[in-house]
Amino acid sequence: MCGIVGLYLKNPALESQLGELFSPMLIAMSERGPDSAGFAIYGDEVNNDFIKLTLRHPNECYDWEAVATSLKLHMDVAVDWFQNSNVSVFKIQASAAAAQQFIDKHYPEILILSAGQSIEILKEVGLPEHIAKTFNLKNMKGSHIIGHTRMATESAVTMEGSHPFSTGMDLCLVHNGSLSNHNRLRQELKREGVKFETDNDSEVAAGYLTHRLQQGDSLNEALDNALKDLDGFFTFTIGTRNGFAVLRDPIACKPAVMAETDDYVAIASEYQALSSLPGIDNARVWEPEPATIYAWERNT
Amino acid sequence: MKIINLEIQAVRDLNQALHDQSIKCNEREWEVLCPKGQHNIACGLDQSLTIDIKGHAGYYCAGMNKKAHITVHGNVGQGVAENMMSGTVRVKGDASQAAGATAHGGLLVVEGNAGARCGISMKGVDIVVKGNVGHMSCFMGQAGSLVVCGDAGDALGDSLYETHIYVKGEVKSLGADCIKKEMRDEHISELTELLNRAGVDENPTEFKRYGSARQLYNFKVDNASAY
Repeated sequence: MCGIVGLYLKNPALESQLGELFSPMLIAMSERGPDSAGFAIYGDEVNNDFIKLTLRHPNECYDWEAVATSLKLHMDVAVDWFQNSNVSVFKIQASAAAAQQFIDKHYPEILILSAGQSIEILKEVGLPEHIAKTFNLKNMKGSHIIGHTRMATESAVTMEGSHPFSTGMDLCLVHNGSLSNHNRLRQELKREGVKFETDNDSEVAAGYLTHRLQQGDSLNEALDNALKDLDGFFTFTIGTRNGFAVLRDPIACKPAVMAETDDYVAIASEYQALSSLPGIDNARVWEPEPATIYAWERNT
Repeated sequence: MKIINLEIQAVRDLNQALHDQSIKCNEREWEVLCPKGQHNIACGLDQSLTIDIKGHAGYYCAGMNKKAHITVHGNVGQGVAENMMSGTVRVKGDASQAAGATAHGGLLVVEGNAGARCGISMKGVDIVVKGNVGHMSCFMGQAGSLVVCGDAGDALGDSLYETHIYVKGEVKSLGADCIKKEMRDEHISELTELLNRAGVDENPTEFKRYGSARQLYNFKVDNASAY
């Protein structure tokens, strides 16, 4: 069992309240996933000549200033950064590949949680309420956010095994379910050059989508292919730069409920997580159909 | 009438108060406010009570019901009225998957749509859905009736035993051993009575009947060599 929650704001006036609206949604799914939690928030976009990286080091007193100085010095680029608990968000005037290579080479102890123009991924082991508090979720702003509360079944309870998983630039995945062909698929993807950090089945789904997208699939095509190639149970929510998508497997054992008003579109594993949203009593509430892709994107 | 607000009281307290009525009944009408999708609301009742739940309920609402008449003024999560023995459960909105699962008796009415596996392994309950039902509905249905006024999803009545199925709209596909059957006079009467009990205004002659081909659930001696 795990919990999935997502909130996409149609009304930009609510963007300053995104964290406040989302925090009770994540916490409401504690019973479905008490061992770890995380979220990917979209907003505070950087210009196209910049890349935004979410970096993590287990030590809260890690010297991020030294990393920033080194980036400026060696790459001769503008760097802006801020710290949130044991995570730092770096905005670097460089290509994604160059910035990531620099970090990997000079700071192998740092984990890159996400990369893109908009996305920030924050996740940790512990109760959802604890994670929300640690990262000050309530005060976060943005256009959309997806989150996950984990009850591990397939692999260890670690930060690396918690969701969301980055699946490429500004993309991430959360998963409720279990995949039965993840070992075979991981081997195949490794041969194709996809790297994995854990034995987690959801990471394989994330790696699969990353690979398909790199092969030139659109998000819809990648998800269509996922229905063919992934064997097992899943409800996925995929965060994109401009919105999110929802997909359930054809058997649809894993729950999902959606709600839409003029102000927002929301998804959750259970209605309980939606009940705190404003105007929910008059929202359109429905269960997404099996093997059907639902996607919301804002026009840019 | 007794009013319980689930923002103030716990579901456990509500259910205990309702269970107490089976020993000594002093209040027949109950109203439940602010359910907010909580699970297990009004489960395991054993008394002729009338309960109105004002809002959306979570999983297993009205499960194991006996005698009580429960109305949900909203949607319900999975397993509404699962294993019901008698009484009535009415959902004004939609129901998620496995509505009326394994229920032995009583009447379940869903005024909106029901999700996948509606009436899975039903054992005598009557289910009337005004909207559509999802895939694998009535899977291994043993007894009782399922009436669908809208459409049915894939694999309707898979591995069916003796549940009677009536569908007015389209059936996406039939499950193993489920076939379309002739609508005879006794079926029109049965369906008329079911629609009347459910308070649903539909013309029974517009429905089609589906049932078991009875090829799957008896062991065939011709297959003995396979073992």
